[in-house]
Amino acid sequence: MPVQVVRHLDEALDALAAMPRAEPIAGGTDLMVEINFGRRRVSDVVAIDRVDELKELRTGREFRVGAGGDTRIRVGGGVTYTQLLTDGAGSVALWEASRTVGSPQIRNAGTIGGNLATSSPAGDTLPVFAALDATVVLRSREGERRVKFGEFMTGPKRNVRRRDELVLAAEWDDAGPAQTFIKVGTRNAMVIAVASLAFVIDAARRRVGIALGSCGPTIIRAADAERFAQGWLEERGWDRPRRPTEAERGELGRLVAAAARPIDDVRGTAAYRRHVLAVIAARAFDRLAVMT
Amino acid sequence: MRIRLRVNGTERSVEAQDHESLLTVLRDDLRLAGSKNACEQGECGSCSVLMDGELVCACLVLAGAAADREVRTVESLGTMERMHPVQQAFVDAGAVQCGFCTPGFVISTVALLRANPEPSDAEIKEALAGNICRCTGYGKILEAVHRAAGQRV
Repeated sequence: MPVQVVRHLDEALDALAAMPRAEPIAGGTDLMVEINFGRRRVSDVVAIDRVDELKELRTGREFRVGAGGDTRIRVGGGVTYTQLLTDGAGSVALWEASRTVGSPQIRNAGTIGGNLATSSPAGDTLPVFAALDATVVLRSREGERRVKFGEFMTGPKRNVRRRDELVLAAEWDDAGPAQTFIKVGTRNAMVIAVASLAFVIDAARRRVGIALGSCGPTIIRAADAERFAQGWLEERGWDRPRRPTEAERGELGRLVAAAARPIDDVRGTAAYRRHVLAVIAARAFDRLAVMT
Repeated sequence: MRIRLRVNGTERSVEAQDHESLLTVLRDDLRLAGSKNACEQGECGSCSVLMDGELVCACLVLAGAAADREVRTVESLGTMERMHPVQQAFVDAGAVQCGFCTPGFVISTVALLRANPEPSDAEIKEALAGNICRCTGYGKILEAVHRAAGQRV
């Protein structure tokens, strides 16, 4: 049978191991477009959208490790954007990114595992996972692999997932409230990002994560900008909310734009993308610096 | 590939091609042409249906993956004699121009009002963002949703 509907994780992994050319399908929002347009011939499909083990969502206190310890957030690969928006995403930035995805129809179907596995440079949740330094949990019949997002995505629609593996979950340490996702597109809804940015200030861990979407072949971490923001916070105190000056915001924006490797395409020019990044990065810095 | 699914309350069994979408099964095999085929990439919403109660684009559902699901199309809502309140509201508000996008808008409105019986303008716009009307009659559509709001859908 070319389309196998599975209901349990083991069943899904067995099917992928048995059919080396099989493609998993969850929400279908990426794969079906390729099939409908004849861009991809798929021989075997494993429908994983009814696998409960992939729908695990642990965002609250029940997942705290020890008294006063770190909160580890875990989102199953089969969790839809709608589910994240309804039940909580464990990350403000991930919640904001999920809200910008497509339309209700797309958010009801599309999944976090699908966004990760497709690895489009415009994948809305991917800058958030990069900025959170999240771990992608891959599972096959042979076992589990844990890969940092930075090592997971290797190029446009390329990643280290093997064909017999599924994205079981994404995991990260709760980074606190000072985080945001900003996306610029040609309209509010149903839009593929011209440029997007995730900005995380994790005051508890003294860590800043800044990642850019739609601005290069992969999601790009703006390392110089992260160091600049980190230094700024070290100097002024991580726990003392304070607005950056216009010059400081401008410098942060300049460093973010410099990290991008954008191209000219139908959605925008490289120059416009750099401009947008500088603006939204400065805006995010301004907004988050007073929240730590 | 033989697929069994429940469409508008009736068990159906169809022989589907491997790469067929739920939309082609509905339109070509089951002759339910209310769900429209336009963009085939989830952009336009004219193929919107309720699958297990959730609003989805039928063009993005692989037919084989819809096995045993409960699908509701616009045909299940009302008849010419007895229209569904949302359909009636679209007629009363004149929220129809060429009519191609209307079934999708009606289904999306039903999904919206089930979750949120008294939506604001902003909530309506967000809920219908996945449906496109190229006649651009959005003002009347907004009015139709307000008319239908508060009624049992």
